[in-house]
Amino acid sequence: MSDLHLLSLTQIAAGLEAGDYSAVDVTESLLARIKTHDVSLNAFITVTGEQALASAAAADAARAAGNAAALNGLPLVHKDIFCTRGVITTCGSRMLENFVSPYDATVVDRFASAGAVMLGKTNMDEFAMGSSNETSYFGAVRNPWDLERTPGGSSGGSAAAVAARLAPAATGTDTGGSIRQPAALTGTVGLKPTYGRVSRYGMIAFASSLDQAGVITRSAADAALLMGVMAGFDERDSTSIDHPVPDYSAGLQQSLKGLRVGIVRQHFDDGLEENTGKAVKESLAVLEAQGAILTEVDLPHIDLSVPTYYVVAPAECSSNLSRFDGVRFGHRAKDPEDLFDLYCRSRGEGFGDEVKRRIMTGTYVLSAGYYDAYYLKAQQVRKLIADDFKKAFADVDVIAGPTAPTPAFKLGDKTDDPITMYLNDIYTIGANLAGLPAISTPCGFDGGLPVGLHLVGPHWGEETLLRCAHQYQQQTDWHTACPEDFR
Amino acid sequence: MNAAWEVVIGLEIHTQLATKSKIFSGAATEYGAEPNTQACLVDLGYPGVLPVLNKEVVLMACKFGLAVNAEIAQRSVFARKNYFYPDLPKGYQISQMELPIVGKGELFIKDDAGNDKRIGITRAHLEEDAGKSIHEGLDRSSGIDLNRAGTPLLEIVSEPDLRSAKEAVAYMRKIHSIVRYLEISDGNMQEGSFRCDANVSVRPRGQEELGTRAELKNLNSFRFVEKAINIEIERQIEVIEDGGQVVQETRLYDSDKDETRSMRSKEEANDYRYFPDPDLLPVEIEQSFIDMVRNSLPELPAAKQERFIADYDIKSDDADILTGSRALADYYEAAVAASRASAQIVANWVLGELSGALNRDGVEIEASKISAGDLAGMLDRIADNTISGKIAKEVFEAMWAGEGTADSIIEAKGLKQITDTSAIEAIVDEVIAANPSQVAEFKSGKDKLIGFFVGQVMQKTGGKANPGQVNQILKSKLE
Repeated sequence: MSDLHLLSLTQIAAGLEAGDYSAVDVTESLLARIKTHDVSLNAFITVTGEQALASAAAADAARAAGNAAALNGLPLVHKDIFCTRGVITTCGSRMLENFVSPYDATVVDRFASAGAVMLGKTNMDEFAMGSSNETSYFGAVRNPWDLERTPGGSSGGSAAAVAARLAPAATGTDTGGSIRQPAALTGTVGLKPTYGRVSRYGMIAFASSLDQAGVITRSAADAALLMGVMAGFDERDSTSIDHPVPDYSAGLQQSLKGLRVGIVRQHFDDGLEENTGKAVKESLAVLEAQGAILTEVDLPHIDLSVPTYYVVAPAECSSNLSRFDGVRFGHRAKDPEDLFDLYCRSRGEGFGDEVKRRIMTGTYVLSAGYYDAYYLKAQQVRKLIADDFKKAFADVDVIAGPTAPTPAFKLGDKTDDPITMYLNDIYTIGANLAGLPAISTPCGFDGGLPVGLHLVGPHWGEETLLRCAHQYQQQTDWHTACPEDFR
Repeated sequence: MNAAWEVVIGLEIHTQLATKSKIFSGAATEYGAEPNTQACLVDLGYPGVLPVLNKEVVLMACKFGLAVNAEIAQRSVFARKNYFYPDLPKGYQISQMELPIVGKGELFIKDDAGNDKRIGITRAHLEEDAGKSIHEGLDRSSGIDLNRAGTPLLEIVSEPDLRSAKEAVAYMRKIHSIVRYLEISDGNMQEGSFRCDANVSVRPRGQEELGTRAELKNLNSFRFVEKAINIEIERQIEVIEDGGQVVQETRLYDSDKDETRSMRSKEEANDYRYFPDPDLLPVEIEQSFIDMVRNSLPELPAAKQERFIADYDIKSDDADILTGSRALADYYEAAVAASRASAQIVANWVLGELSGALNRDGVEIEASKISAGDLAGMLDRIADNTISGKIAKEVFEAMWAGEGTADSIIEAKGLKQITDTSAIEAIVDEVIAANPSQVAEFKSGKDKLIGFFVGQVMQKTGGKANPGQVNQILKSKLE
């Protein structure tokens, strides 16, 4: 049982069911791996060992009593943006360094109720603002494929943990690509569902109209398994939508014959690194060989997605982060002279540079006299981008392209240049602006580093995306590749 | 007030809606609980929590809108008003900015000359209240009570159509009466459930352009509204007449010193950075819902007043006051229905003795110590000449003191009016015999002395003789 960590969720589920090992066995094995390997990765902010063993024992007892739930005994890790009752929830920030949440996020609650075992909370860019995990107060996460490189962000800890076989699955959140880009950079599968598909309750808000919870796994089948539990209406989130939850695993086997795959010309232009582009194009040929029909589609306003995003997201974040004022919870400056001093120093000390940069940008674009020129204009462009997708999806079932323009870059490479950093999300942001589901699946290597194929679907198109990724994974083994030092 | 200056006032009235739970959370709204015991994680603005709209407030806002003949927006949007303050947990207040739920409406008040005057309502929007900062009784620090945070408010904004403090109060009373009729607010001003900000400016009479306004914050009684506005008007006129300029600013009324003083100027004002709240969906209201609400509206004060005048034939001013609150109007109608007395007599008693006693003891009409039925019973004794109006006041006080019904009190105290002609005649004879000089004067033409004789007779009967009969008998005996 020394290789339990190499198993996928579906494989572990089968083994538990067959009685090959217990949930406690799996949990112990993974906790040991985290202990050994996370020293070099820094993927975890908190490891909840005792709690995990207790849940695993409870899951084993439930199974013995014939009450195994949907994810009974299956281990996973949560991005530290999800509130977990009684456990520190930092959001990667000094501001919440000692914040113990008094409640569970809906996502956390759903997984716990389904019998899943939480191993710990993963590192992330501070308040999910970043594309390299370098803005975390708890230090950058390292990419298991090359420890000098970034695993991407903001769900970098989740992606690194799954890629390094410290956990078979992780939750993440995606505001502009924060699940898919790290998945691409670590050779894992990352699914961002339709906006409103998964409850945002208890997920610390960055940009409320863009944030969506999803999963990072090592296969599309595992993502489908988790989605069935995670998705669904939540009366505590007014933006969650009461739409039936399908059996995501049921349709995976259906072939891709006749699937219409749209290719966006702008996604293969100068900004894309040559070998990354090559890997993506080869993956498209695989899809075609499986019966998919490739056609070019036009998204005329897609080039405006990055500037649009960097108005809308900071605007919302500037307001969302106002509650961190040192009054009721979170970091509070010592010996404040007065109220103003309490605010300024608590926030000045509690937030890092990137968060401050976005709060200032957001405050600016919402200010009197600038609102119309920036925020309102950005909302209008956002509508145009969403309309472009809508038109495109009249003719195709999915839109395919690269997830990120380059493979994992070196830590420190882009930290001095926010704009270059922001451009890392150029292919992923459109799906957030339009509220669409999207998935990244491993499709090759560029200089020994993983490359991701990005698939975007129409609203509620998760089944198609999962099926497409799963079928592709039946023909390829990129998703099973494991970084050498973590086998 | 001042012939040279015209006063322009607009009011923003904040009405606390009478929901059981808060506007965006399930926490209770009850007043007066221990600090911070009625604030849940949503009210505290904890990381990750989200607001969920309490649908009851939409219904209440619609009721109000329809009651003031306003447009109900088919789509309204919640927006965030961003500013930092310790009693504002999220760092923003959820309110409505560009698309409020209630659009333009109107109501009518009596102006200073007693004529009907239309006052435009600009809009009414839903928002959450903030918590309370507590500075008293704490050593060098401030406390925060978030029980009130998230309490639903309907902010009702008037057009600058009001031309005096009196009109402002009349308008505010009308709104107060409407929200209480609709049972969407308890209107309790002591507890802050009904309060207003007044925008006040003055301009030379005849000038069209508005003067610079000052905003008087948080006026929580009708008396303070009137006083604060009048003081502010005087202040502004004085500033301008002394060659100065009124500055646009927010001012506070200090009821102890009876003055207004500057709180912050326009330059210091916050830029609230309003934008649509992405955590809440737009409120969509269908016509069928509006129709349903319209059909469920109770009779409103203006309609009730008209009906009282038409059906009961009472004075317009009396009808106005009687319909000021639904409870008073109900009491009145119940008394009229139960009594043989004329509706005007009933009105006189309800607005006279009864209102006097209620005010004196600080009792609400709902808790009146004399029921409408009992009051009617007493008025019947006047109507059937069992007691005189004067004796009735004594009976009324005894009833108020809880001594029983009119009949039992009349019986116990022997207050039954003397209507026996021979008994009255005997007393009249006595009085005439005892006052020969006044009789002579009367006969020589001093008619006014009739009052003296009546008084003497009433004194001897302890006020119980029927005054009409006494008069008649006296006249026949003296002439």
